[in-house]
Amino acid sequence: MKRSSGVGIWVGFVAILVWCLLPVVWILSLSLKPVSETAAGSPQFLPKTWTMQNYKDILADGDFTRALINSFGISLIATLLSVIFATLAAYAIARLDFKGKRLVLSIALAIAMFPVVALVGPLFDLWRTVHLFNTWPGLIIPYMSFTLPLAIWTLSAFFREIPWELEQAAQVDGASPWQAFRKVIVPLAAPGVFTAAILTFFFAWNEFVLAISLTSTTASRTVPAQLSFFVGPDPFNPPFSQLATASVVVTIPVIIIVLLFQRKIVAGLTSGAVKG
Amino acid sequence: MSAIEMKNIVKQYGDGFAAVNNVSIDVADGEFIILVGPSGCGKSTMLRMIVGLEDITSGDMMIGGERVNDKAPRDRDLAMVFQNYALYPHLTVYENIAFPLRLSKEFNDTEIDQKVRNASSTLELDEHLERKPANLSGGQRQRVAMGRAIVRDAKAFLFDEPLSNLDAKLRGQMRTEISRLQKKLGITTVYVTHDQTEAMTLGDRVAVLRRGIMEQLATPRELYENPANLFVAGFIGSPPMNFLPATVEGDMVELPFGKVKIPADKAERARGKGLLIAGVRPEHFEDASVMDPDKVAEGSTFRATVDVSEWLGDQQYAYIPFEAPPEVQAQLSQLERDLDGESLRTQLVVSLDSASFIKDGEELELYVNAKKMHLFDPSTGENLTTSNKGDSSGSSRSSTTVRANGDGAAFAGAPTTRSAGVHREPGGSSPAT
Ligand SMILES: Nc1ncnc2c1ncn2[C@@H]1O[C@H](COP(=O)(O)OP(=O)(O)OP(=O)(O)O)[C@@H](O)[C@H]1O
Ligand SMILES: [Mg+2]
Repeated sequence: MKRSSGVGIWVGFVAILVWCLLPVVWILSLSLKPVSETAAGSPQFLPKTWTMQNYKDILADGDFTRALINSFGISLIATLLSVIFATLAAYAIARLDFKGKRLVLSIALAIAMFPVVALVGPLFDLWRTVHLFNTWPGLIIPYMSFTLPLAIWTLSAFFREIPWELEQAAQVDGASPWQAFRKVIVPLAAPGVFTAAILTFFFAWNEFVLAISLTSTTASRTVPAQLSFFVGPDPFNPPFSQLATASVVVTIPVIIIVLLFQRKIVAGLTSGAVKG
Repeated sequence: MSAIEMKNIVKQYGDGFAAVNNVSIDVADGEFIILVGPSGCGKSTMLRMIVGLEDITSGDMMIGGERVNDKAPRDRDLAMVFQNYALYPHLTVYENIAFPLRLSKEFNDTEIDQKVRNASSTLELDEHLERKPANLSGGQRQRVAMGRAIVRDAKAFLFDEPLSNLDAKLRGQMRTEISRLQKKLGITTVYVTHDQTEAMTLGDRVAVLRRGIMEQLATPRELYENPANLFVAGFIGSPPMNFLPATVEGDMVELPFGKVKIPADKAERARGKGLLIAGVRPEHFEDASVMDPDKVAEGSTFRATVDVSEWLGDQQYAYIPFEAPPEVQAQLSQLERDLDGESLRTQLVVSLDSASFIKDGEELELYVNAKKMHLFDPSTGENLTTSNKGDSSGSSRSSTTVRANGDGAAFAGAPTTRSAGVHREPGGSSPAT
């Protein structure tokens, strides 16, 4: 009984893994094929000749590296601002009793429910008038506002779980209010903040509609938008290996970030503080 | 170690609710004081005011002779064990205990290590030092919380229902543990509970609170034998004291079951007050048939029909319903509400010798020890039969007197090793268990 269910779990596990990872591996394999192979429509899965030429080419492409820098800059700044504001808002929502608390939360939710596409037109006009079109802030501001609701909700749910009695316990143990915050509350709040930060970063990193609509040059165009300009010389033969390589390159930072923060996002870190 | 004096403490919360009203308690240096009362009576509020987590609306809080009303918690140098322990989940047991020492900046690492290991061996936590609180059992967490309190030489310990989350067996164990530790360290302690076993066994003195007002402050024995009013009488003791409608004529008290004779001095004080409430503890009744006839002749007896009886081996309880007039009924149901709905139906609960062979529905002859009867004024609830002017009982005293020697030791149920008034040095020569 036990044995067979164990086997079942492994079979399911492998099936899901293959299902999810196959496209990724396919992209990876494409990126390692020489252009001749992809253009010839060769059907084999693994490259016949392995090459790093695609990577060299793409990193030599000034437009792409420029887009990469834009992506990093815009995503990081948007994440930072969003997390700072969301932390402050969520802290207030979790800790303080003030009028309109519900209102703040429902408005935040309402913003999240707006379809992004519906705002593209108005934003385009507005940004052109106030000269934010095709600038970093022109993307940072909408990214920040679209991720704030999610961040506020995540963080306020998280903060609500922190046993605030710990802060008082620390004060009785001889801590100043600032020490209590730094030594007890910050370590407990950190996983929540990291979670919110990662969600925000992914949104900004992967966003396409706003990125393509609110930019016109590589001055502020991000990678997802830039990829759509990879046409190559022959319109009927898109440069598949180049596209695949670019996809791999933009995926790498995401993987690194997840691996780095994985250990910080430990759910249930607060368990054991109180009777439980 | 320091004495704590509370003078006319009032606490009014932001919403205007008066949680504590004019409470004065003097806790002598090294004394173990219990705050007890039903839920919402202001016990935690009182404790939080001592430790400085709650502002004091008016009155003086003195610790070691110094007024601390405006001092921050960290400047008061008190150690507190919270009701839910409030352990730091991101720190190991070791670091949890070391936390107050690290904050104080007074000690270097070797000193801290020594103190932490001292505390952990006292509490038998040595093997858990590197574990996180999440992986500990309730009793172990409780001990970690205690460890964090005893590791530094605080002026006093404050406990807020530290045992309420534990199961009955562990609670019993930890109760003796706390008592042992407090005796060993000889440190001033204020302990909040709503468990009367804890209140009776741990405390040198017990303060009974009701709705923010202190009803009585006395030794456990005094509370049990001479409750100041109906509330204290009903709160202390399990099963609770029986309350019966009564009228006094001469030396005789008329109860629903018949007349009994009470001592002249008690009758004197209660005479001419009309309808009263008589209070008799269950153990002051007995089945007359199993008693020494001489003894029965000394007291009064009456006949009653047993509704239900419960035989527990060492003793048995019998329940005898009776009718109460509306005035008494109103006071009793009010009392029931105050006591968190502890069942106070108009029935008599009597504790009988387990040798007595009674059956449900049978009539039996009951002896009542009328000397131990209390009479309460139904309108004020005041106990008319004890005078606070220092009469026969000799042990009553005003609420502000500091503990006198020998009080606690006299209480039969309390640990007899407690020698009240003698303060040992921390870590001193107490008999290790
Ligand atoms: N922050 C607050 N604001 C307003 N009223 C409060 C506040 N905290 C407590 N109270 C009120 O003060 C009263 C006393 O509360 P407290 O917590 O001291 O009760 P307690 O005796 O500790 O009860 P329990 O045994 O349930 O812990 C309660 O009636 C409660 O409603
Ligand atoms: Mg409480």
